[in-house]
Amino acid sequence: MENKLIDHILHLADTTLILAQRNAEWCGHGPILEQDIAITNISLDLLGQSRNFYQYAAILIGGDTDEDKLAYLRKEREFKNLLLVEQPNGDWGQTILRQYFFSQYQYLLFEKLQNSKDEQLAAISAKALKEIKYHLRWSSEWVVRLGDGTGESRSRMLKAIDELWRYTGEMFVPAAYETAVDIISLKNEWEQKVKTIFEESSLPLPENVFMQTGGKQGVHTEHLGYILAELQYVQRAYPNSTW
Amino acid sequence: MNIQIRKFYYGDIPEEKSSASTYKTEHDTTAWPLWEIFIRSKQGLDHKHVGSLHAADAQMAIENARDVYTRRQEGVSIWVVESKYITASNPEEAGELYEPAVDKIYRHPTFYNLPDEVNHM
Repeated sequence: MENKLIDHILHLADTTLILAQRNAEWCGHGPILEQDIAITNISLDLLGQSRNFYQYAAILIGGDTDEDKLAYLRKEREFKNLLLVEQPNGDWGQTILRQYFFSQYQYLLFEKLQNSKDEQLAAISAKALKEIKYHLRWSSEWVVRLGDGTGESRSRMLKAIDELWRYTGEMFVPAAYETAVDIISLKNEWEQKVKTIFEESSLPLPENVFMQTGGKQGVHTEHLGYILAELQYVQRAYPNSTW
Repeated sequence: MNIQIRKFYYGDIPEEKSSASTYKTEHDTTAWPLWEIFIRSKQGLDHKHVGSLHAADAQMAIENARDVYTRRQEGVSIWVVESKYITASNPEEAGELYEPAVDKIYRHPTFYNLPDEVNHM
């Protein structure tokens, strides 16, 4: 039971850390200053959430484990993040769509997690929910803006859907450790919400797409290794250094 | 449309003979309009002008303002107004607008003797 909880917490921590890292890649490269700040604010929100989860996991694991060791010294196969969040930023549209898919999922998930029997997990989730609500609002408005915008923005959104849709199925396939909440039950509502936003954006909802899985078990796409190489570089090159 | 922009930096003197660099810019019709941002802080009662930013519409302007101007808990309420709707007084008319008030000290309520019982005046 304890191990399941630890793995579940690490899954939540890894997912938010990797998406924070991906969004942070926009720092200084956003399409306009105000949106550069918006996406990096979201990155920092996610990083804060992942730190809360890592700190809690470190307490559960015990010994000399701490949040930094969990984030900087675990290998690719030990990371349990969703495949969706490790996908490349692509263009602004792809980053927006990735954020929207995830925020919509995270919102439904954390609504459930905030009522978890585990008090710490419930508290972290309740605190994060306010941030997530804003991420969801921000990203869904952008999906509508781009999907229903110009021919150019629409074609980019279509390409983004084509790139990312195959990674959305994994969110609702429970891993053995995901016992704290019934993940499958979120699927229907997630699809309904996405359908509403896509209709508003005049974007088509894909059908019969083969869904990739594996992230929750540590089997990742080729992208995660590169992310970790950059994320963990300093701690690997200069072990135990602090700054 | 071509617009001549003369760029001044802090301390530059805005006169024709100054050496401020000039450059031409194409007026970009696809650029987002500018918005003026007003924030009410927790302490203050009034919304105060804090700066400006670009946004496609009012909703985005509020969200951008939230991200740019309230990330360190500066505010609890945001107003936005598109910059083009603000009419400003002309600095060249400062003479006739403001100077006539200078020698009319009797307009300041400082010539009244207040009873001791009256506070907060």
